[in-house]
Amino acid sequence: MTQTEVRTPPLRETTGSAVGAPIDRVDGTAKTTGAARFAAEHPYPDLAHAALAHSSVARGRITAIDTAAAAAVPGVLTVITHLNAPAMKPPPKISPFNLVSLATGTSVNYLNTDEVHWNGQPVAVVVAETRDAALHAASLVEVAYQRLEAVVDFAAEEGNAEPQKSNALQSGGARKGDARAALAAAPVSVDLRFSTPQHNHNALEPHATTAAWDGDRLTVHEATQGIAWTRGQLALRFGVPERNIRVLSPYVGGGFGGKGMVWAGTVLAVLAARVAGRPVRLELTREGVYRTVGGRTPSTQRVALGARADGRLTALVHTSVARVGRVGGGGEQITSQSRHLYDAENILLQQNLVTLDLLPNTMMRAPGEAIGTFALESAVDELAYKLGLDPIELRMRNEPTVNPLDGKRFAHRMLREAYELGAERFGWPERTPAPGSMRDGRWLVGMGVASAYHPSWQLAANVTVRLSADGGVLVRCAFQEMGMGSATVVAQIAADALGVPVAAVRVEYGDSLLPGGPAAGGSAQTASIAASLLPAAEKLKRSVLALARRSPESPLRGTRASGVLARDGGLYPADGRGAGESYPAILARAGRDSVEARVGSDTRVGAMVSQARTVGKVLNDRRRWVKAACGAHFCEVRVDPDTGEVRVTRWVGAFDVGRVINAKTAASQLRGGIVMGIGMALSEETLVDPRTGRVMNPSLAEYHVPVHADIPPIEVHYLDEPDPTMPLGLIGVGEVGITGVAAAVANAVHHATGRRVRDLPITLDKLL
Amino acid sequence: MISVRMRVNGSEVSVALEPQVSLLDLLRGRLGLTGTKRGCDQGACGACTVLADGERINSCLALAVQYEGRDITTIEGLARDGEAHPLQTAFVRNDGLQCGYCTSGQICSAVGMLAEHGAGAPSAVTEHLCSAAALTDAEIRERMSGNLCRCGAYNGIVGAIQEVVGKEAVR
Amino acid sequence: MKTFSYVRATDVATAVGAIASEPNAKFIGGGTNLVDLMRERVESPDTVVDISALPLTEVEELPGGGVRVGALTRNSHLAAHPLIRARYPVLSQAILTGASAQLRNMATVGGNLLQRTRCPYFYDDTAACNKREPGAGCDAIGGFTRGHAVLGASEACIATHPSDMCVALAALDATVEVRSVRGTRRVPVDGFHLLPGATPHIETVMAADELVTAVELPASPLAANSRYRKVRDRASYAFALVSVAAALEVTGGAVAGVRLALGGVAAKPWRAREAERVLLGAPATEESFRRAAEAELAPAAAQPHNAFKIELARRTITATLRRLLTDGSAA
Repeated sequence: MTQTEVRTPPLRETTGSAVGAPIDRVDGTAKTTGAARFAAEHPYPDLAHAALAHSSVARGRITAIDTAAAAAVPGVLTVITHLNAPAMKPPPKISPFNLVSLATGTSVNYLNTDEVHWNGQPVAVVVAETRDAALHAASLVEVAYQRLEAVVDFAAEEGNAEPQKSNALQSGGARKGDARAALAAAPVSVDLRFSTPQHNHNALEPHATTAAWDGDRLTVHEATQGIAWTRGQLALRFGVPERNIRVLSPYVGGGFGGKGMVWAGTVLAVLAARVAGRPVRLELTREGVYRTVGGRTPSTQRVALGARADGRLTALVHTSVARVGRVGGGGEQITSQSRHLYDAENILLQQNLVTLDLLPNTMMRAPGEAIGTFALESAVDELAYKLGLDPIELRMRNEPTVNPLDGKRFAHRMLREAYELGAERFGWPERTPAPGSMRDGRWLVGMGVASAYHPSWQLAANVTVRLSADGGVLVRCAFQEMGMGSATVVAQIAADALGVPVAAVRVEYGDSLLPGGPAAGGSAQTASIAASLLPAAEKLKRSVLALARRSPESPLRGTRASGVLARDGGLYPADGRGAGESYPAILARAGRDSVEARVGSDTRVGAMVSQARTVGKVLNDRRRWVKAACGAHFCEVRVDPDTGEVRVTRWVGAFDVGRVINAKTAASQLRGGIVMGIGMALSEETLVDPRTGRVMNPSLAEYHVPVHADIPPIEVHYLDEPDPTMPLGLIGVGEVGITGVAAAVANAVHHATGRRVRDLPITLDKLL
Repeated sequence: MISVRMRVNGSEVSVALEPQVSLLDLLRGRLGLTGTKRGCDQGACGACTVLADGERINSCLALAVQYEGRDITTIEGLARDGEAHPLQTAFVRNDGLQCGYCTSGQICSAVGMLAEHGAGAPSAVTEHLCSAAALTDAEIRERMSGNLCRCGAYNGIVGAIQEVVGKEAVR
Repeated sequence: MKTFSYVRATDVATAVGAIASEPNAKFIGGGTNLVDLMRERVESPDTVVDISALPLTEVEELPGGGVRVGALTRNSHLAAHPLIRARYPVLSQAILTGASAQLRNMATVGGNLLQRTRCPYFYDDTAACNKREPGAGCDAIGGFTRGHAVLGASEACIATHPSDMCVALAALDATVEVRSVRGTRRVPVDGFHLLPGATPHIETVMAADELVTAVELPASPLAANSRYRKVRDRASYAFALVSVAAALEVTGGAVAGVRLALGGVAAKPWRAREAERVLLGAPATEESFRRAAEAELAPAAAQPHNAFKIELARRTITATLRRLLTDGSAA
């Protein structure tokens, strides 16, 4: 078994120009030929298959469980329940000081308890020779429950919400001045209530685990966004040292946050493999994903804005109610963007939570901001209409120069420029502002804008870079690739840092044997890797130079490190005077097969240092400045005046995401966010039956993600100005795309119809 | 167990199967052709799309025993003489993919779609059913709507298909 | 899914013989609905009789101008057939708006007629459902009812029929031919599906051992001027909230002929006879269309989440007739 090995196809003649080039993704061929193997696609001799049986009550105790019918299905090897499952250690309590604990999906020790905490909790695992047999047998497990009173109705519980506590990584609220008084005194104001439903990630690849024990050593092929966290969690749960566990995840069929935590399927596949004494694969059914992997919290939000007649904001109030599960989940930063987007004199922000007997929520693409921007950016549009101002003009009049809440500096802020660029490309000036004033035949035409905003993060990454005698470069880091183009941009960064063509760079990732990488979350991965890759490359250059300097024949012998430039596959004097040498020549003369440099350490101490480095960096950054990606969305919709059907017909997004490493893959990421945002705006909703707490549309047929026909051409533009505080000046692009999208659609729908829809999704019944 | 013979990617396959085994499970499990993906197992996502006698179908809802004697093509069988199918390379060039999980289904679906269109089949957005529909972006989007892409690579996919259509037209 | 005995039938007589002799047997054609329902444990036949090889795939012109469609004709083939496109454009359109191209390539005409509801409480075996388990109750009532029926529902069941094709067939006065060991009979499509009443598990007039062998479309000059309009929650690949199949003939500004049927509103494709009655002879105007739509929907009764369907149906009827008047046929 090997790690994913990738060679980029196009050989570039010049070096130093890879960063910024829109090259094809390096794993494109593997993914378009079917060669890429995902977690459920690794063959093992003697492989058995597992399936889950789920609870049908929201809260209770199992009083009896009958597995006879299941066990009698031909091919069934074993049925595991709380009555016969081996003991596992409970999941770690979530703490910001133990990063592995952040991957605890729920606090339930599956099959080690008779307690049921949500409708759909796994209550048995069947292991069989085939997946079909396991699934059929799982459906035959009969469970009797003592039902306990369950609180599952979010709408009914809203009044019982409590303020969200702040922690090191997130605050539950903030205030500046007296926003309530300012709101009451404002000459012009809006005070609005919004709601957003639960959403589910629906990555096309259902979560899957292939687990194989060899004594107390474990190999796991896993669909995960966090290799290291998965390994850490499994080590804790099964009481084996981390070094005994190898997690492989070179290809992940989409994550969007849903594969960030460790959920039941992963733990139970490993447990089943231990019980069965055979390698076990557990591919969740689509329904199984809904029943065992959390989604985005629903929310209700209040946004109240007070303004002077000239549009300057005097008050900004944004409060939210979201939900967590009694057995896990966390507050999402729904009011985050409201700290940073508008220069309001008085600000009051508060996030509140209710605790329900439901599967806990989890992070989903821009947790917090995705839905928070819907409320804020819809409210700003409403205020603009009330003031008789163009919605862009209102935003520009309130564009801050420093962070509104506390006067901190912005590391980078080009929202004004994003609106200018977007307005020009979209043709915003041609829009007539009156609602219902634009038509195309019978269709009502509407145009709307909204701001995108997402904080930028960085995590720790350990990286090794190896230069071989043939001039090839190998970058190794246990990061994740789930479609973002990570391997491609890492190859581009390494190529320029070492002055080699992209085709000379090989990247290994997706394997816990590699130096520890960051989890794929918070749009942080590329920046995190770059922050270690660049110094590693620098170290490597110095080592290579040292080798050259040792040789009397080398033209580089008198040259200092600061005086050399890595280019054209070797080191050359930066001032262009005198000769340099190719890497193969330097290594050959030194008699070396390779030279390696590394940043970070994977020892126990090293891991602690890197964790401290991460938390320290986050806190330090927080103290010094506000870092974020932002952008301006321009949306055109057509609304059928008879039926209320909304079609998005045109989209322009202009983004301030710092330096763009690969314009092609970055655009795809941003488009992907916009597509998911269009789904959130128009059709996506997880239906949780308030009587039972059961998800009633756990399928791709009934949970409507956008299809081809829903998505128009999406233009993406970059300002492409480096953020001076970020490695290479780059800002992550994974999440900012979705923020603001639903508001832009809602504002366009209002422009088309005169109707304000403040409850997502904007289904046609709300427009009839 | 029921014996089933079919052609898969040009090779004769003869297997004994239980009747409930889907064509998808036959391909992915028994035949090791894991390029065809399972996204929902209920005909709601298109990730399992393969070609049966050149027509695109959802292999998850197909009982393998019903495909006795048929000619099945999967993503692994699209290349000809070692040359990738033009759609495969166009998908990479146009970045018509991200995570890659829906990609096999999208490409197989596009192959079937171009054949359907070539045979004159209309779609739900075809203005006049009795006259040939030009393969506009809107036509492609409607005809490809049985293939979900959660990464949102739809623009790139349409671009890739248009690129291939354009090249065919030139030829 | 549960395993089962598999019988491959090669002629109609063997097929109906097999189904009559095996208890708890089901026919399988394209499989797109049955395989899903078997996997979801809604259906669990002990024997499955594969009819996909039966020679029932002809689409042939009948003397007098009608068309006979073999029951195993794939949905996609029927929609693309030149006779259907030219003479019954509403049927082509209806099929093309249903499901996805892949599913239409698999699904048969007979199977489409026998599609079962998409009610989520029918699909979820932890919920009470009178269709799945007679007498169990209906958890859809009081649950999520956005997709449910507003016409012809009962206290036992509020599910809708999911087919688009059937809505067009209802408007076209099609006839279904069914065969069993007892012989062949013909049923008008409007009488083929049943409203739920107290027995929602009985969905059609078919006996368990009967096989749909053909659908016949009568000759109808009116049908050439027809359209199908489907309204749903996304632009494609979703079931109808409301759909309308309509054919219209206008002479001297008055409605000389009209056929209307609705989808997404009832447990069966809903032939809008009251609307047709109001329209016949009336001036072909927006006002008449609206009046007819209102008359048809007068008996409608909503659940908490689907009242919008009543207005949506009125509007969609009106809009579809207007489109036929102004733009003509979809052919």
